[in-house]
Amino acid sequence: MTPPGTVVVVGSSVAGVRCVQALRSEGFSGRVVLVGEETQLPYDKPPLSKQFLAGFWDTARVALLTAERAAELDVELRLGSAAERLDLAGRQVHLADGSTLAWDAAVLATGAAARPSPWHTDSGVHVVRTLADAQALRADLDTDAPVVVVGGGFIGAEVAATAHSLGRDVTVVDPLAAPIGRVVGAEVGQYFTALHQRHGVQTRFGVGVESVSGSSGDLVVVLTDGTELPAGTVIVGIGATPNDGWLADSGLLVENGVTCDEHCRAVDAPDVYAVGDLARWLHPSHDEHVRVEHWTNAVDSAVVAAHNIVHPDDLRAHAPVEYVWSDQYDWKIQIVGRPATATRHELIGSWEGTSARGAAVYTDVSGQLRGAVTVNWPKALVLCRRLLMAGTTFGEAMTQLNALPAAVAR
Amino acid sequence: MPRLVADVEACQGYGNCITGASDVFDIDDDGVVVLLKEKVPESDRARVEEAARSCPVSALSVED
Ligand SMILES: Cc1cc2nc3c(=O)[nH]c(=O)nc-3n(C[C@H](O)[C@H](O)[C@H](O)COP(=O)(O)OP(=O)(O)OC[C@H]3O[C@@H](n4cnc5c(N)ncnc54)[C@H](O)[C@@H]3O)c2cc1C
Ligand code: SF4
Repeated sequence: MTPPGTVVVVGSSVAGVRCVQALRSEGFSGRVVLVGEETQLPYDKPPLSKQFLAGFWDTARVALLTAERAAELDVELRLGSAAERLDLAGRQVHLADGSTLAWDAAVLATGAAARPSPWHTDSGVHVVRTLADAQALRADLDTDAPVVVVGGGFIGAEVAATAHSLGRDVTVVDPLAAPIGRVVGAEVGQYFTALHQRHGVQTRFGVGVESVSGSSGDLVVVLTDGTELPAGTVIVGIGATPNDGWLADSGLLVENGVTCDEHCRAVDAPDVYAVGDLARWLHPSHDEHVRVEHWTNAVDSAVVAAHNIVHPDDLRAHAPVEYVWSDQYDWKIQIVGRPATATRHELIGSWEGTSARGAAVYTDVSGQLRGAVTVNWPKALVLCRRLLMAGTTFGEAMTQLNALPAAVAR
Repeated sequence: MPRLVADVEACQGYGNCITGASDVFDIDDDGVVVLLKEKVPESDRARVEEAARSCPVSALSVED
């Protein structure tokens, strides 16, 4: 089999960009087109709730691909024009500007969108997904008025930490009693609630939001227990949904993302691949379809798809150990594996205060290591990631972690 | 031979480079990247570049 002549990659964020780069480093010499809905050059998202929102990084620092670099790689950029329809039989993609692009292989990387705020106001209510979102929020955060963050997950917690660092009075609201507990378990989740509180950020967990009204600078958030919280700015961080609407009539199997096999190929559609937040693929080690909204998964799946396009006789499976990081206040949080599916965990090191340096290590009835959460301890994270890839027992993992220099018995 | 450059100030200890090429990158006790080699053979360039591109803060580069 020979690699195809033209690869069209749809979606110009990290998955799309890493895919075109990997196509070239895998030796692909055909035509490569990168299509993106947004007019801006590709940029990265994790800093949008952290360094960029805080004002430490400018737009140049979040760039993923410059026009010069794209030219060097001989990648055609088609920015500012959304893909509207994928024609599988005709092997074309139709763009919003009326043009069409023919492909021999197509990579779908249209990612996800922030779940919109269910509460409508004229202004002052934000989501954070795009650069434009972050710029608009940053402008409002300059106003000295209280901030309410709806949603205590990773993005909500990061935005709360950043708003706090900018001097704002911040309250985080979430209907769950321990929002991060959904990922790390209720007990470990408490440490993340305490992290907000230690910095003077109020938490209203276990309470829902009834309504948000007013406008920028003068909003009122009413909670389900009747409390009224005045706010200048409200951020709604209640998750994301895959950008798969444009594929609804394509004939692809689309169910909360594009369904793929273990090689990142859309099922029943030869030469169509889906990567990043958009893809729900068959994870060979988990034996189920999963969709993951993590940066590292976007990069890894993009590289696997590029490899498989260039080397159709040497298909690679996408079987990553899940990995995500989150920076909140003075804590660098890293999560590897699947703590949410574990039944038991043990804590190592210190989980209190600024000098925290610890790990929560997870297992289940199998006795295997299933995941780990670390705080300010990258060395332990790297070790656990390596052990998870190798398939190690929980006992062995604990022995090795306890042997690390910073491990202090609890 | 391609030369590796690490920006230790930028490194955040995310560890992706190590997963990509554990024979080239490691992490110290403070969570900062350590180069195990300064140069890699040309034949290894693609793999090491891929590992460098997996760094979320672009702290790594492969130079000529
Ligand atoms: C604020 C924020 C902070 C984050 N922090 C972290 C973190 O700390 N750690 C971590 O691991 N992950 C983090 N993530 C998640 C990570 O950024 C995502 O997993 C990653 O961006 C997914 O990349 P993607 O390319 O698959 O999709 P996306 O980043 O969603 O990009 C999709 C691209 O496709 C474009 N597009 C959409 N529809 C169309 C169309 N029809 N035609 C053409 N183009 C289209 C979009 O404009 C966009 O450019 C964060 C995400 C956000 C929003
Ligand atoms: S991937 Fe980047 S941030 Fe992470 S350890 Fe390597 S150099 Fe540091």
